[in-house]
Amino acid sequence: MRALVAGLPARARAVLALVAVLLLGAPFAVDAYVLSVLILCLYFAYTGQAWNIMMGFAGQLSLGHSLYVGIGAYAAAALFVHFDVNPWLGALAAIVLCTLAGLVIGFLAFRFGIAGVYFAILTIAFAEFTRIGFDHWNWLGASGGLFLPVKERGVTDLATLRGPPVMFYYAILALTVGALALSRLLLASRLGYYWRAIREDEEAAQALGIDTFRYKMVAVGLSAAMTSLAGVFFAFYYNNLFPEQIFSMGRSIEIILGPIIGGLGTLAGPIVGAFVLTPLADGITELMQLLGIETPGVKQVFYGVCLLVVIVFLPNGIWPAIARRLGFAPR
Amino acid sequence: MALLEVRSIGKSFRGLRAVHDVSFELADGAIAAMIGPNGAGKTTCFNLIAGVFAPDTGAVALGGRRITGLRPHEICRAGVGRTFQVVKPFPQMTVLDNVVVGALNAAARVGDAEREAWRVLELLHLDAKSQTLAASLTLPERKRLEVARAMATRPRLLLLDEVMAGLRPTEVDEMVAVFRRINHETGLTILLIEHVMRAVMALAAHVVVLHHGEKICEGAPAQVVRDPAVLECYLGEEAV
Ligand SMILES: Nc1ncnc2c1ncn2[C@@H]1O[C@H](COP(=O)(O)OP(=O)(O)OP(=O)(O)O)[C@@H](O)[C@H]1O
Ligand SMILES: [Mg+2]
Repeated sequence: MRALVAGLPARARAVLALVAVLLLGAPFAVDAYVLSVLILCLYFAYTGQAWNIMMGFAGQLSLGHSLYVGIGAYAAAALFVHFDVNPWLGALAAIVLCTLAGLVIGFLAFRFGIAGVYFAILTIAFAEFTRIGFDHWNWLGASGGLFLPVKERGVTDLATLRGPPVMFYYAILALTVGALALSRLLLASRLGYYWRAIREDEEAAQALGIDTFRYKMVAVGLSAAMTSLAGVFFAFYYNNLFPEQIFSMGRSIEIILGPIIGGLGTLAGPIVGAFVLTPLADGITELMQLLGIETPGVKQVFYGVCLLVVIVFLPNGIWPAIARRLGFAPR
Repeated sequence: MALLEVRSIGKSFRGLRAVHDVSFELADGAIAAMIGPNGAGKTTCFNLIAGVFAPDTGAVALGGRRITGLRPHEICRAGVGRTFQVVKPFPQMTVLDNVVVGALNAAARVGDAEREAWRVLELLHLDAKSQTLAASLTLPERKRLEVARAMATRPRLLLLDEVMAGLRPTEVDEMVAVFRRINHETGLTILLIEHVMRAVMALAAHVVVLHHGEKICEGAPAQVVRDPAVLECYLGEEAV
C-alpha cells in the first residue's frame, strides 16, 4: 500500500481512494455481464503492466507475450488436471517455466546482438513454434483443447481456485494492484533508472557502467514471470485452453494495445488503456450482434482505429494527457 | 606514476587503418589533450580505451591493471568516464535523472546518487535545468550534460571528446575553469580531444598529436604548436 501512495499529492490520493472504492465495491453493484467485462479489463490491465516493464521501462519490444500466458496456463492446468496439484503450487511452476522461457529468448537475442524489430520477430517466432508444438501434444489435449473440471460454481474455494466470477474478480484485482505497486517501486529503484537508460540509449548506458545484458535479462525474466500468473488465472477462470487461441499472435497484440494507448512506460497507462479499450471493444461487438451484423474482425478493425486516433492525437497516450489534471506526475 | 598506459594500440576498419601503433602515458592527476585533423583517429583511440572496440594490437592499462578486452561497463566500473562526440543523452528522461544514472555507478543508494547528481549539476551550471527533459536541451547544454553524466560516475580518468565544440569563447573559458577546479580539488585525470586550441592551451600540460591514425608528435603544448609536422598537417600557418 505504501508503495502505491508514497509521495503523491492530496488530489492524487483522493483520486486513488475513489478508484479503490469503486473497484472494491463494483461486484455488489453490477450484473454478471458487466462483472465479466470488468474482469477482462483487469486481466488486460495486469498483462499490460507485465509487458510494460519489458517494453515501456526497458525498451525491449515483445510481440509474443501470449507465449507466457500460454505456458503459464498450460503448466498450472496440466498439473491440476493430471496430478491434482493445487493451483497455487501450479502458479509457482508456471512462474519458473515462464521465467526460464523468457531468459532463454533473452539470452539468445541479447548475446547475439538481436535487437529492435529483430528481437520482436524472435518473440513472435517462439510463440508460434510453441503453439504448433502444443497443437500436437496429446497429453495436453493437442488442438482439441485441455479442459478443467468444473465443480459446483456457487462454492468459493480459494485454495483450488474454484468459485464464482466474483472470486476471480478479486483475484485479478489483487494481481493488478500488486503489479502497480511493484512497478512503482521498481521504477524508482536503481533497476528502474538502469532500465530507462537502456531504453533511451544502450551505448550511453554501458559507458555509465551499466551491464545492459544483465538488466535486459532481468526485465524479460520478470515480465515473463508476471505474465505467467495471468495464464494461471486464465486457465482457472475459463476452464478451457486451446493452443490456437492462447498462443495466438492476436492475443499478444491485445496485451500490448492497452499500454500503448494508455501511455507507454507510464505507471497508470496500461491500466487506463485496458479500461478504455476493453469495454469499447466489447460494446462494439455486442452492438453488432444486436444489430444482427455478423462481420468477423470488427474488434480488430476497432483496435486499429483506436490505435490510429491515439497515435495521431495523443502520441504519448491517454494517461500523460490527463495525469496532471488528476494531480499525478505525467510519467 | 602513470595512471593510463596506452601501448602501441591499433585498429583497422575494413582495411582502413584508423589507429596505428599509438602509445602514450598519462600521469595520475594530469590534464592532457589529444589533437589532430578530422579523421585522424582520435575518437577511435577513445573507443579503444573505453572498450567500445577491442584493439587489433596493443594494450591499455589503468593504474597498472590491464583493461584491454573488458566490456565498456566494466571499464567504466574500473574508473574511466567518457563523453561521446556525438552526444547521447537519454532524451525522455529529465536532466537530473540522466545524471543520477551516472551517479549510480558509484553510489550505494538512489538517494546518494541524487545528491551526487545535484552536486555535479551545480558544478556544470545545469541545476536550473534539472527537471527539463534532455530532449529539449540546446546542443551546448547537451554537451555539458554529457560531461555531468560522465563525471557523476566518479571516474579516475575522464575522457572528453570535443565537449567545447560550438561553445562561445566565454563559455569555453567557463568550462576550462570547471575542469581546472575539479582537477585541482579532486586530482581527477583528464584526457580531452579538442579542436578549440584556446581550451587546449589553457588546460593541457601535455599534448598528443595524431595524424592518419599515427602519433606524430607529443610534448608540452608550447613545444607541440611549434613542431613543423604539426603545423603542416593540422594547425596551419595562422596558428604560428
Ligand atoms: N565504427 C567505425 N566503422 C568504420 N570506420 C570508422 C569507425 N569509426 C571510425 N572510423 C573511421 O576511422 C577514421 C578515424 O575516425 P575517428 O572518428 O577516430 O577520427 P577523429 O580523429 O575523431 O575525427 P574528428 O576530428 O572528425 O572527430 C575515419 O576515417 C573514420 O571514418
Ligand atoms: Mg572524433
